[in-house]
Amino acid sequence: MIIAIASGKGGTGKTAIATSLALAAKRPLRFLDCDVEAPNAALFLKPKLEHRKPVGIPIPVIDEELCSYCGRCAAVCEFHAIAIMGNKSLIFPELCHGCGSCTLICPEHAIRERIDTIGVLEGGSALPEIQFAQGILNIGEPMAVPVIRELKKWSFPSPTGQINPIEQTSPASSNGLEIRDAPPGASCPVVETLRGADFAILVTEPTPFGYHDLRQVVEICRDLNIPAGVIINRDGIGEKTVEEFCASEGLPILMRIPLQRNLAQALAQGETIYTADVRFRAPFEQLLTKIRGIGHV
Amino acid sequence: MKQLVILSGKGGTGKTSLTAALAHLAAQDGWKGRIVLADADVDAANLELVLKPFLIESQNFIGGKVAIIQTESCSVCGTCAFVCRFDAVLSPTESTDQATEYHIDPLACEGCASCVYQCPTHSISLQEQVAGKFHYSESLYGPLYHAHLFPGQENSGKLVTLVKQRARLDAFDNQRDLIIVDGPPGIGCPVISAISGADLALIVTEPSVSGIHDLQRILQTLQHFGVPPLVVINKADLVPQATVEIQNFCKEKEIEVIGTIPFDLAIPRALVASEIVTAVQPEAPASLAIRQVWRHLSSRYLGAL
Repeated sequence: MIIAIASGKGGTGKTAIATSLALAAKRPLRFLDCDVEAPNAALFLKPKLEHRKPVGIPIPVIDEELCSYCGRCAAVCEFHAIAIMGNKSLIFPELCHGCGSCTLICPEHAIRERIDTIGVLEGGSALPEIQFAQGILNIGEPMAVPVIRELKKWSFPSPTGQINPIEQTSPASSNGLEIRDAPPGASCPVVETLRGADFAILVTEPTPFGYHDLRQVVEICRDLNIPAGVIINRDGIGEKTVEEFCASEGLPILMRIPLQRNLAQALAQGETIYTADVRFRAPFEQLLTKIRGIGHV
Repeated sequence: MKQLVILSGKGGTGKTSLTAALAHLAAQDGWKGRIVLADADVDAANLELVLKPFLIESQNFIGGKVAIIQTESCSVCGTCAFVCRFDAVLSPTESTDQATEYHIDPLACEGCASCVYQCPTHSISLQEQVAGKFHYSESLYGPLYHAHLFPGQENSGKLVTLVKQRARLDAFDNQRDLIIVDGPPGIGCPVISAISGADLALIVTEPSVSGIHDLQRILQTLQHFGVPPLVVINKADLVPQATVEIQNFCKEKEIEVIGTIPFDLAIPRALVASEIVTAVQPEAPASLAIRQVWRHLSSRYLGAL
C-alpha cells in the first residue's frame, strides 16, 4: 500500500505527519522524501545514508562529422533546446526535457545522448526496518519531476535484503507499506508524487490559505482517482470552512492536531509528533487501520 | 525601479503574511502609488486572500501542450508507447475502461511531440492546454498581478514569468519604484522564474531544523543566480538557540539578518480573518517587529530609489 502525504500550502506539517506515521506503522516499510527541492524528512528520521545514485536527464550531443545541419532536430524540439544556424549547432541543456525526439528524428543518426546530472538519490535505513530514500535536486536546476520519478523506481541493497519499489496494491494484499512525503504546491511535482499512490493524506490548517490550497490538491486526487482523507493541523485557531468543505466533499477527517507551542518547539528541534507527545501515539497507530477502512482503498 | 522577491525555501514560514504587511506599511509610509505587487506562487496563490483586491482583468493562460491520439486512424502499433519516456501512453491493457486503443494520460504527458513525429499513421497531434488564469487587480496598496495555475498543471515557471512581465510593464508605464514579488516555496522551476531579474531577495526563515536546512538551499540558489539576500527570522523566540544559530551562520556568510519577528498569535488570528496583521493589530509584537523590518529595508536598501 502506498500512502502519499500532500498539502497544497507549505508548512502545514506534511513532514511531521509523514515521519510520525513511519514511526507508528508496522515495519518494515519504505519511506520516500519526494520534496526534492527542500527535503527535510531525514532531519527527523535520521537515517544512515549509505547509497547514492546520481539522477540525470539525457541531453543530445550532435556529432558534427555526421550532421548535415538540416535543422530537423531544432524544428521538432518543443522546448527550443536546440538551434541550428548555418553550419553550427547549439544545445541548451537547461531547456531540454530529455524526451529523445531529436535523436529519433535525425536522418543522419548524428545525435547520441549523454546524461546531464540534475540531482541525486540517497538511501539507507532509519531505525531497524525503515528503508529511507530521498531525492535532492541540484541547486539551480528547474526540473524536480525527473528526480521524483527516479526516486519512486529506485531499489537499493539494505541489511535486510534488496529494497524494491512497492507495487500499488489493494487493501487485501497490503503486505508492504510505502510512505511518500510530497512537496508543497499543486503542480507537476505533486502530481508525480501522488501518481501510483493508493491513498492521500492531505494536511491542512483551518485558515483561508489552508482551505484554498487544500481544494487544489483535492482536485488532483480526483483527477488521479486517489481516495483521500484530511488531517487538520493547528486545529482550533480558526474557522469552520475547512470542515464544511470536507463534509460536503465526503472527505473524512482523519486526525486533528491542536496548535501547541511545546509541540511546535519539539518539531523545530527535530522531534516527531509521535515521539514528542504521548497523546498522539494511539491516533498515529490507528491511522492506517482508519485509512484501510475508508471507501475503495 | 527595483524588484524585491520574498522567498523561504521551506513552505509556511510566513512569506505571504509578510509580503502583505510590507505592502500595507509601504503605503502608509508615503510609498502609495510607488509599488506594484506580484504573486509568484501560482499554484498556491494566497496574496489575494488578504489583499482582497478588485479584479480588473482576467485571461486564460496557455501552458504546455498535450498529445491526443485520433483513434479512427490509429493502427494500434504501439510506437507511441515505445518512444514515450514519460510513461504517458497507456496501452489498451493498462487503460482502466478496457478500451482497445492507446490513450494519452494528460497529466503525465510532457508535450514533447516525440510520439507525434514517430507515429506511422500520423494519428497523433498536440493540443494546447488552458493551464490556468492570469489576473490583474487593484488593491488598496497598489496594483496586484496574480494568477491561478489549474491543479496538476505544468509550466508554473512560465506563468510566473508572465505575472512578473506584466508587473514590470506596469512599473515602467506608471513610473513605480518597487515591485514586491511574493515567491513560491522550494528552489525549482517557479522559484527560478521568481528570482530572475530580482535586485534583492528577502528570505523568511524560522528557527527549526527544517527552516535552517531550507534556508541554506535557497541561499545557495540565490548565490547561483547572483541575487543578494537578506534574512528575516520569523517565530524567532520559539527556539531561541536555533535563532542564534541562524544569526551566527548568516554572520559567517556575511548575510544581514534584517529583523526577527516573535511567535505571536496575532499573525494566525489576522490570517484566519483574511486580514493584514499590521493593519488590524498594529500594536501586536509581531506587527511592531515587521514595522522595524520595513524601516530598515526602506531606509537602507530602498532609500536610494
